[in-house]
Amino acid sequence: MSENTSGFVVVPAKAPGASGAPEPAPRGSGGAGLSARQVQIRSIVQAIGMLPVLLILCIGFHLLTEGRFFTGQNLSIVAQQASINTVLAAGMTFVILTGGIDLSVGSIVAISAMCGALVSFVPGGGVLGILAGLGMGTFVGLINGVLIAGLRLPPFIVTLGSLTYLRGFARLIGHDTTVFNPDLPFAFIGNDAVFGVPILAIIALLVIVVSWFILRRTVLGVRIYAVGGNPNAARLSGIKVWAVLLFAYCASGFLAGLGGIMALSRLYAANGLQVGQTYELDAITAVILGGTSFVGGVGTIWGTLIGALIIAVLSNGLILLGVSDIWQFIIKGLVIVGAVALDRFRQPGART
Amino acid sequence: MAEADGRVPRLEMRNVSKTFPGVKALNGVSLKAWGGEVLALMGENGAGKSTLMKILSGAHQPDAGAEILIDGTPVSITGPIAAKRAGIAIIYQELALAPNLTVAENIYLGDEIRRGGIVDRAAMARGCRAVLDRLGAPFGPRTVVGTLSIAEQQLVEIARALHADSRILVLDEPTTALSARETERLFALVRQLRSEGIALIYISHRMAEIYELSDRVSVLRDGGYVGTLDRDGLSAESLVKMMVGRDLSTFYKKAHTDPAAGAAPSDASPPAVFEAVGLTDGGRRVHPCSFAVHRGEVLGIAGLVGSGRTELARLIFGADRKAGGEIRLDGTPVTIDSPKAAIDRGIAYLTEDRKALGLFLDMSCGDNINVGVIDRDARPGGVLDRARGWKRALAAFEALRVRAASPLVPVGSLSGGNQQKVLLSRWLEIGPKLLILDEPTRGVDIGAKSEIYRIIDALAQSGIGLIVISSEMPEIIGTCDRVLVMREGRIEGEVGGRTGVAITQENMMRLASGTAAQAA
Repeated sequence: MSENTSGFVVVPAKAPGASGAPEPAPRGSGGAGLSARQVQIRSIVQAIGMLPVLLILCIGFHLLTEGRFFTGQNLSIVAQQASINTVLAAGMTFVILTGGIDLSVGSIVAISAMCGALVSFVPGGGVLGILAGLGMGTFVGLINGVLIAGLRLPPFIVTLGSLTYLRGFARLIGHDTTVFNPDLPFAFIGNDAVFGVPILAIIALLVIVVSWFILRRTVLGVRIYAVGGNPNAARLSGIKVWAVLLFAYCASGFLAGLGGIMALSRLYAANGLQVGQTYELDAITAVILGGTSFVGGVGTIWGTLIGALIIAVLSNGLILLGVSDIWQFIIKGLVIVGAVALDRFRQPGART
Repeated sequence: MAEADGRVPRLEMRNVSKTFPGVKALNGVSLKAWGGEVLALMGENGAGKSTLMKILSGAHQPDAGAEILIDGTPVSITGPIAAKRAGIAIIYQELALAPNLTVAENIYLGDEIRRGGIVDRAAMARGCRAVLDRLGAPFGPRTVVGTLSIAEQQLVEIARALHADSRILVLDEPTTALSARETERLFALVRQLRSEGIALIYISHRMAEIYELSDRVSVLRDGGYVGTLDRDGLSAESLVKMMVGRDLSTFYKKAHTDPAAGAAPSDASPPAVFEAVGLTDGGRRVHPCSFAVHRGEVLGIAGLVGSGRTELARLIFGADRKAGGEIRLDGTPVTIDSPKAAIDRGIAYLTEDRKALGLFLDMSCGDNINVGVIDRDARPGGVLDRARGWKRALAAFEALRVRAASPLVPVGSLSGGNQQKVLLSRWLEIGPKLLILDEPTRGVDIGAKSEIYRIIDALAQSGIGLIVISSEMPEIIGTCDRVLVMREGRIEGEVGGRTGVAITQENMMRLASGTAAQAA
């Protein structure tokens, strides 16, 4: 037994009360807990989550488009389209796991892209635009976090506010114009590929892996789940709840800033009014599709990745099929509701 | 009684089974309840009481072959509405009221009086006046429910049941949140309802209540029906034996020696492991309190619910803000302004409400055990050494004999007793000097109860100072060396230890209710 497992727990090994009487075996009735097998099945079901839906969508589109879906080129496009939302949704996963919400990520994308675009004109130091965007995102996330964790204001309202004022600031600093830099020094991020894989997609994947690592392999990760699962118990267990919340909103802000740089490097341009418009909704959708509980404490980052891919595949497939813009909205919305309903049906008793 | 006179039972459940995927929660249970009697339903947690009641309330459907008869007529209870129509009302531990609505609105919830589509609040208030008077309610129909005490809210639920002409009333652990006086009032009400001819089914873990109220006691164990005892044949031993299926001869056990006993008071004795001097929250709930806990001592804190026991514990633990007073550990004054500071100093606090304030129900038992000491599992950079936590959880499982398949199981799926052991493990892992246990056996079945008493005893033997807060007098008497009795935020008196006053129910009740002060 390692270190403290204690010199003080000295409970008799024998069954108390009964002198050697056999302990009634756990019957599994009501309260005796799940068997190891049930736990295994449960965690597998949880991990797979929406994967079947994603696969069915992919195969379905492949058949409907007569083989135009599973091509190297199209998959690369899907990956690229999914990447920004994946990055935002990863940040959103942290926040939603703590039981909060971050509505401001779309506007953070806008203001970070705008900052990055403006700084990219600095002669010889245009690459600093990346830092400007990331810094701006983290800074805004910090403000959100301080208001939510420090002043204990409701996350929905705080980030609804920043959603609005950040959009205003983004337009303000860009003089309400499109800032275009044809010589953007970091445009390769948005347009190059390594061995056929778009750099944007590589970034998104890295973000997912790092997020997974934080959530599953660090002390901080356990605390995030604890705070989301039961904030009162977390505080009484000695967890600094405010610090965990601060981290979640900073992470969301930072990743939204990264999303802004990704958007900027793809377009060579930023526009305070249009960039990142309604991105927060796609990010939230990806997280929820991924099976993360809206009240916090339950969810996985892999689920979020699958959720983001479902959204991207759906858009891509519908475009390949030539479905009109109007019908794309309708179908996407219905698929989202249907997928979550299906999930609910599959795991009775699960919280959403 | 009633069986002999040939009356038809108000409620009869025959051969009720319920199978959940992989689990047989109920196995051919039969039950009879007559009008004008109190039937107590007993059994350990997981024995099937709640499943049976959920079938009665329409929340679950029984397996084929079950029969439910009301006044001899078979009924099928397909849902809550059917249950209501059949005259069945269940009052759960967690009350199902809308706190933001008035008493009248709650009583008429789902069945509002409307005039032309508009809610007629005046008519509703008039309509429930009679039932409130009948129950002797000290509040009016227009009172907002959220402003009432728990006992009064319970009264609202009962009023709602009676207003709906319920003739079978199930009370599920109704006294858990009530003070002694409120409990007395509830008992009077139960007797009144019995004399009015209502069939009452009373679920409780507390032996004393069963003695006081019940005409017959039916016992379930592991989903099966064990038997029914008449009032005359009632005894604690037989009931416990029926519930547990074995003898619990030494239920409470005190193997540790009271450190105060024998040892003559001397200046040379080591300082108390914990000392509070004038601890107060400014007089809102806790007036200045001073006391000490010695190494290896179990100090009880008794008192009615609401007497400030939990609030005092929260002050010690840094969960609420102190307005004054000092805390000393081993004689040294320390500042404790947050639970984290308390934990760092070696103070642990097992909260009275383990679900709301203790456990992370969706997380694994292992994480629940490790969360308090998880810093110790961190490699540089905060990366977790999972193997270490796993070993610790396994060791804790073994030490406290947690019955679960593995530490990976979510703690929410465990029984109350095992949940409590997991929570206790978390606190033991921090290596506490002082362990505060707030209602350590609430909602815990009788087998696990005796195990928890053993643990308390063993911890005292190992030299930890313990504070046990409890509403169950036998528990205090059975486990504590010395008891402080609180009343209205003050320490009203002390029994046991060197006081020369014996730790008895009477002595403590006198202090708790304030009659001692009046007599003096």
